[in-house]
Amino acid sequence: MSTDVRPGIGKIGAGVARVNFAGVSKAFDGTLAVDDLSLEVHDGELLVLLGPSGCGKTTALRMVAGLEDPTGGTVSIGTTVVNDVEPKDRDVAMVFQSYALYPHMTLRKNIEFPLRQQRVPAEERARRADEAAATLGLGDLLDRKPGQLSGGQRQRVALARAIVRDPKVFLMDEPLSNLDATLRIQTRADIVSLQRRLGTTTIYVTHDQVEAMTMGHRIAVMKDGMLQQVAAPQDLYERPANTFVASFLGSPGMNLLPATVVDGALEVDGVGIVLRGAPLRIADGPVTVGVRPESASLTATGIAASVTLVEQLGAETHVICTLVDGTRVVVRQGRKAVRPDLGEAVAIELDPDYLHFFDAATGDRLADDR
Amino acid sequence: MTTTDLAVPDESAPVRRHALSRRHREWGLAYLLLLPALLVFGVFTFYPFLKNFKLALYQNPPYPGLPSHYVGLSQVGSVLSSTSFHQSLVSTFFYVLMVVPVGLLGGLLLAIAAHKAIRGMSMFRTAFSSTVVSSVAVAAVVFGTLMDPVVGLLPWLGIDPHPAILQNPTWALPAVSLIAVWQFLGLSFIIMTAGLQSLPDEILEAARLDGAGGWTMFWRVTVPLLSPTLFFGLVVGTIYAFQSFGQIDILIGPQNSGFTHTNVLLYYVYQALSIQHDPGVAAVLSIVLFIILLVFTLAQMRYLERRVTYAAN
Repeated sequence: MSTDVRPGIGKIGAGVARVNFAGVSKAFDGTLAVDDLSLEVHDGELLVLLGPSGCGKTTALRMVAGLEDPTGGTVSIGTTVVNDVEPKDRDVAMVFQSYALYPHMTLRKNIEFPLRQQRVPAEERARRADEAAATLGLGDLLDRKPGQLSGGQRQRVALARAIVRDPKVFLMDEPLSNLDATLRIQTRADIVSLQRRLGTTTIYVTHDQVEAMTMGHRIAVMKDGMLQQVAAPQDLYERPANTFVASFLGSPGMNLLPATVVDGALEVDGVGIVLRGAPLRIADGPVTVGVRPESASLTATGIAASVTLVEQLGAETHVICTLVDGTRVVVRQGRKAVRPDLGEAVAIELDPDYLHFFDAATGDRLADDR
Repeated sequence: MTTTDLAVPDESAPVRRHALSRRHREWGLAYLLLLPALLVFGVFTFYPFLKNFKLALYQNPPYPGLPSHYVGLSQVGSVLSSTSFHQSLVSTFFYVLMVVPVGLLGGLLLAIAAHKAIRGMSMFRTAFSSTVVSSVAVAAVVFGTLMDPVVGLLPWLGIDPHPAILQNPTWALPAVSLIAVWQFLGLSFIIMTAGLQSLPDEILEAARLDGAGGWTMFWRVTVPLLSPTLFFGLVVGTIYAFQSFGQIDILIGPQNSGFTHTNVLLYYVYQALSIQHDPGVAAVLSIVLFIILLVFTLAQMRYLERRVTYAAN
């Protein structure tokens, strides 16, 4: 990292702009929102905190901002522990879901606001606000007030207000949730290219796994306040650490089928699955088998099932089947496949090269490379 | 094409008739539901209000019991040009100027102080808002005792107030306005607290992260965001202040030497009616009070509401 000569940097301490959670917990009235979180966000990385609502991802983000105090553990930015550092002295900029613009100020004043607090001279303030506005394509709107803008434009102003400070860390709390689908995809790409260009360490909170997959260098999946897995998007998809991550990622998520291992051979619903290569290195007994919808197919022979729903999405079709024991299995079909009728008896074949094995009791991934 | 054009009204006619009758039924129900309130307002508010305009045109003889006679606008002219009216007007404006800004600012500061999630804060909130439910009479007696020249606060501090505060032409008006401020503080606190609680947390958090300190936060973020609430408080407070009566009647009364300085418009109305038994003069004065309040409220709405920012996120 280059030597920092920017105003305010000295307060946090020089060094790389990494963010570190070390055993961080946060309890609200006895309920643990974040439970012993240990995670390192690398310098210049865009890390996505992903999870369902109430999983503690926003609380974790707010602890980096200083808007919540950890109950235990330490949060560091760079080399400095910031637990007791005021939000304004942390050199972080946050983008909120609701944009949180100052409604009584023009866009220029909104964007200049953080610089004004740093006592940046008026000329430099104006220049930097112009630059930030130009970066986000807001140049000709600077004299308007937030109320006169569309949702997408407001979110860009919030981004401009964040980048104009040139902070060490960007914190983004579901910034695209209030935008419509088309604008969300557009703004998603804009944020990614902006982050890659600026190279600013970014923590991005979302519950949308598509956003997480497309934006993050790495994704940290959380559930019930606990970190489930941190990995690059493709690794997370290909090697989920447990059944929660497996079913949360992917659209639709991974199918999870109860199965049995007998002498290294696999049986699902009483049907033996032909595995290639060596026998399974998993102890005999019950096991949960995971298979992505694209690794399952409808064939003449296989696991017996009946079709309960057919969802046509244009380029692909999701055939939702129910096994004899009631387990739901989604099969993804290409455009050319023959679509079955509702209620039709079918047979499902699982691609033995893309099976995942999880402990039937704990849901944790079992080591068997396949 | 023509057939279609003709067919449209034919087909929709019954539908429209149905819609009309439904609308009539809804109107009928609406008026029926409004009737009780209209009756009460009509008898106790609108009729006296209109009767007032008639009373203003009739002069009462100096002795009660004799019939009043029509004098037209001449009574209005004589009241408006009288010295006591001018004095009353001046007192009223000073009084409002003392009560409203202090009451609003005090309420806002208390609300900000109490807008913290601290254990036991509800006790403070209850205390701060309690002046709303205290009666004017009780407040007047308590303050009257505190300002008493013999047993009050000043003699206790070793200061001999002479003349007594409430008889002092300079201090009588500020003294009664102090009681009004104290009473208005509760309402002002409730209004400001409601306003603060409706502020979007995220904007205040964004300002904290942007580096706004206490002073900047207050003046550049909180106050502008609260402007609709402040505006509402200003209108309510002005109307409240113009209508003060109880504390003046209890503490000063018409026989007191400080009287002319605390004879605010509403009290002047009472005095004209109940002491001088002159409904004509009282009617003229209450119309003046009505016009002043109307102009004030309209002016506030017209000029201040433009500057109010409603959060539009």
